[in-house]
Amino acid sequence: MRRSVFIASLAAALVLGMGAFGTGRKGVTRAQQKASTMEVKVDNFSFGPVTLTVPVGTTVMWTNRDDIPHTIVSTDDPKAFKSKVLDTDEKFSFTFSKPGTYPYFCSIHPKMIGKVIVQ
Amino acid sequence: MSDKKKDELLHDHNNDGVNRRGFLKCMAWAGTGAFCVMQGGVLKSYSLSQLSELNTAEATGDLSFVQISDSHMGFNKPANPDVAGTLKAAVDKINGLTTSPEFMLHTGDISHLSKPEEFDTVDQILKSAKPKDVFYVPGEHDVLNDDGKQFLERYGKGSKGAGWYSFDKKGTHFIGLVNVMNLKAGGLGTLGPEQLEWIEDDVEHLKSSTPIVVFAHIPLWSVYPEWGWGTDDSAQALAYLKKFGSVTVLNGHIHQTMQKVEGHVTFHTACSTAFPQPQPGKADSPGPMKVPADQLRSVLGITDVNYVQGQHALAVVDSSLA
Repeated sequence: MRRSVFIASLAAALVLGMGAFGTGRKGVTRAQQKASTMEVKVDNFSFGPVTLTVPVGTTVMWTNRDDIPHTIVSTDDPKAFKSKVLDTDEKFSFTFSKPGTYPYFCSIHPKMIGKVIVQ
Repeated sequence: MSDKKKDELLHDHNNDGVNRRGFLKCMAWAGTGAFCVMQGGVLKSYSLSQLSELNTAEATGDLSFVQISDSHMGFNKPANPDVAGTLKAAVDKINGLTTSPEFMLHTGDISHLSKPEEFDTVDQILKSAKPKDVFYVPGEHDVLNDDGKQFLERYGKGSKGAGWYSFDKKGTHFIGLVNVMNLKAGGLGTLGPEQLEWIEDDVEHLKSSTPIVVFAHIPLWSVYPEWGWGTDDSAQALAYLKKFGSVTVLNGHIHQTMQKVEGHVTFHTACSTAFPQPQPGKADSPGPMKVPADQLRSVLGITDVNYVQGQHALAVVDSSLA
């Protein structure tokens, strides 16, 4: 008698456990997932990649690997973002919370241009 | 019969009275030294090793000054870990000239990151130069973070707008221009409508026989647009100077010497005192160019300019630090 009760409760616990496990998995929403970071490398007077496409909520991090300082400045008016001067190995991050196309350039070397597309 | 020195090239531009378009490139970098001297419309170039053989009459005039450029104080990467040392060497070179220049022009990128201590260091080093007057125009590295406010406070007394101004020395009219502000994405250097208007007014009442010297950081002619080596509205500025018989344009920014003659206008860029940059298109990008340590000083340098009253053109002589 004890054994069957034991087995029954074990089975019940397993079913509940599995159920809970199943529900838990389905229950995680997009917002609860860890926001991702994408990198743009700044080197040789250019942005790599030149065009970066990311989902809404992504943080883009620019790292200056060049031996000359650069800046990351939005060309929109008003500017969506503007970094301070980045010397070698310095970084700048910006989180894109709204969809759209964000062209930018280096204000010291204006021939350097790039774009972030947020979808 | 003029003295014929080894490697001397003579190009007579103005003898027939016709405005002939000439193009001359004088590149001094990577150990191959060359400099150009222009006097009275006659252009001569010599290899640097012959510099000591030049007789002083050829390099002496009624007015002399030196152009230095791109000291980039604060830069400390392998291309040159000691930019203060090479700037000091440039000052020693200036102090060793037979004819002591009366003043100096600094065509910008004084500092590397617009930091106060970088400007302070340059000021300190230049104090030991014999010529006590220095006239500055900013480079793009001098106006970071604060829209050029610090540059104006330090060097812009009496200037207009972002720091443009003019002055006269012994009958020669000098115009300092700023073409590193409000740079647009994908663009070149820019002067802007306010500055252009000022240039027009500034030269309006000058006699056409007045020699003009224009100095600005980014080249006022299209050296290599792909690398941003040019100014998008410089043609307008040069149009205002059309009436003058002698116009010399002195620029920096490209860290190598280049020269171009177009009618009455001579364009000249100076070496940096900090580090060289590659020739147009010869590298992926216009970044600091590393050369073997023992060659570094031969690709850095100063420009000595002499004016002889009555002659049309200024004699411009580049010399390396080696």
